[in-house]
Amino acid sequence: MNKSENLTDYILEVENLKKYFPIRSGFFQRVTGNVRAVDGITFNLRRGSTMGLVGESGCGKSTAGRTILRLMEKTGGSVKFDGKDIFNMNKSELRKQRTKMQLIFQDPYSSLSPRLPVGEIIGEAVREHKIVPPAEYHDYIDEIMRSCGLQSFHKNRYPHEFSGGQRQRICIARALALNPEFVVCDEPVSALDVSIQAQIINLLCDLSEKYNLTYLFISHDLSVVEYISDTVGVMYLGNIVEFGNKRDLFKNPLHPYTKALFSAIPVPDPNFKMNRIILEGSIPSPANPPHGCKFHTRCRYCMDRCKTEVPIFAEIEPNHYTACHLYDNDIKGSGAKNE
Amino acid sequence: MAEEQKSNSKKNYLSSGELRKISAHNRKIIRKYEKERERKNVKPDEYITKMRDPMNAVEFDDLHVYFFTDIGTVKAVDGVTLEIPAGKTVGIVGESGCGKSVTSLSLMQLLQRPQGQIVKGSICFNLGDKVYDIAKMPENAMRQLRGNKISMIFQEPMTSLNPVFRIGMQIDEVIELHNPEMTSDAIKSRTIEMLKTVGIADSEGVYKRYPHELSGGMRQRICIAMALACSPRLIIADEPTTALDVTIQAQILELLRELKNKINSSVILITHDLGVVAEMADYVAVMYAGRIIEKGTAAEIFSNPAHPYTIGLMKSKPVLNLNSDYENNTDRSKKRLYSIPGSVPNPVNMPNYCYFRDRCERRFDKCAAEYPTEFQLSPTHYVNCYLYCKNKDIGGIKNHE
Repeated sequence: MNKSENLTDYILEVENLKKYFPIRSGFFQRVTGNVRAVDGITFNLRRGSTMGLVGESGCGKSTAGRTILRLMEKTGGSVKFDGKDIFNMNKSELRKQRTKMQLIFQDPYSSLSPRLPVGEIIGEAVREHKIVPPAEYHDYIDEIMRSCGLQSFHKNRYPHEFSGGQRQRICIARALALNPEFVVCDEPVSALDVSIQAQIINLLCDLSEKYNLTYLFISHDLSVVEYISDTVGVMYLGNIVEFGNKRDLFKNPLHPYTKALFSAIPVPDPNFKMNRIILEGSIPSPANPPHGCKFHTRCRYCMDRCKTEVPIFAEIEPNHYTACHLYDNDIKGSGAKNE
Repeated sequence: MAEEQKSNSKKNYLSSGELRKISAHNRKIIRKYEKERERKNVKPDEYITKMRDPMNAVEFDDLHVYFFTDIGTVKAVDGVTLEIPAGKTVGIVGESGCGKSVTSLSLMQLLQRPQGQIVKGSICFNLGDKVYDIAKMPENAMRQLRGNKISMIFQEPMTSLNPVFRIGMQIDEVIELHNPEMTSDAIKSRTIEMLKTVGIADSEGVYKRYPHELSGGMRQRICIAMALACSPRLIIADEPTTALDVTIQAQILELLRELKNKINSSVILITHDLGVVAEMADYVAVMYAGRIIEKGTAAEIFSNPAHPYTIGLMKSKPVLNLNSDYENNTDRSKKRLYSIPGSVPNPVNMPNYCYFRDRCERRFDKCAAEYPTEFQLSPTHYVNCYLYCKNKDIGGIKNHE
């Protein structure tokens, strides 16, 4: 947080971003509905900071990550990277921009080509984008591999010869070889064992300091998100329901969904007793989301107006935003009530 | 660097002659075990034994499960001794590949045969009036137990249900098989009752549906309903919530705990999530590379972990501290996550000293000696580590009973 205070410029500004997937049916394949995977999310990300994006599976966090990188076309809204709207760029501009935004995938077993040696996996894009002069190419690849904890003799090996943790290192090296400024990490540690997880998280932290990277860290593991992020966004059914600094959000969660999510995490201490809020049922279908507040079907503070009126995403405390009718009275004043 | 590469490639390389030798050797061994297994009319007194302690539901005694693969013998489970007390939950924790799933599969006789064989040891299963040694049981006798007295909840609810049959039919099948005297109407009402107990509101509707129509959490409930359909004495839950979200995980764990008390059975909970174990288990066993390295009650393991591996495992997981002071740990560069150096040794040729020695930060001279035996720290807490050896001269005192 100290780091981001003196750098106030935003590397990423996402405004009311929407991504719908059409449902087609019938003989003519007419569009009969939309799966609202991302339904209007807004946030800003400071250079050099890490934002965690948490939520249940199917809440649209991965789709959000991909749409921000323009791996999919948007349905509405805008994404500004370094002040430029990436959805207005033409092909050649976008191609230049691509090197600055990279993605680390969840599953290191399926995201590496089994037919390419590791050196080629990491170096292919470097050559393609002419990141370094051809004479320095091999030294550059060695350097990147070393900084990601791989040995240079690994270059000629194939992905199947590596363990899960090492493959994830290859994925990280591949992303970092292009000198990116912004990296979307889509559940980078959820497929790994606990002790390997720690290594990868440490590596990501070190690299972010070394290269001043900005991460969008998508995960469903709240303890990892708490460890790595500066700001956290909680997603539910295509919307960000709460957004704030890590400290405010974890110390004083406002939205009932965030509270339930935090209370559901098992704590490795048998003497620890927590008042667990168990959410009934499962996440509704994003093709047919509930009216009003999308969370009202599972919320225990549900009021009448929640069923009809969509809550506004407002600043309840300084830099702490939430979308919930419980805090309607607090929108202008500070100091939220907390039952 | 070049030398390292050479020695590495040498280690990974097996000549065709060596390969032939290994597979010929494997064939010989496997034939011996399979012949033993395929005997007909095995007399019951061969597999009926006695428990060491009649209060236990299951006793693993020095269990060895080997896989005879083409690159050598993999000692997946290498001497596991563990008791499951009746009516209690025992959590088995460890990283992937440490043998926790193989231990539970051998209890169900679901090992990948013919490569996977129980080569030594016994698994005593207490049925109240009779005690069976599952390691020696023939297939037809085992079929009476499997799904009836012992049942299993698998990790992936997506893949453990058959996609081409309706939910109702899949649960009916279990009940029908173990209760041949029941009429089909009685079976159906029992199935619907089971679906209700696992918290499915629309049980009649779900009875007629196919697995793909349900969400992950619902499918896991179906798997639990199927596992509990015959009121088993022992439930093995192999990573029951790993594929699920935290909120659904909380629901499923709550359900498991409730149902366990309802039918008064024992549970073996296999997981790599220390949080889940802390919440559910009465006793915890930590496995590493095919052996149990530490076991005790949950309170002992979590408040007073003894083995360096257990300590490392606990330190490497970031813990959500909702209540503690935030000022101390906001700066993440100061507080790096602990990670255990190195990786799990190659399962084909394990060293003969402590398997954790090469990764251990607290190793000392004694660790070069043979694999440490169990040392007792309290009446229920055992650890396999020379750090806790009180007798300086002898390698270790087997301090079991």
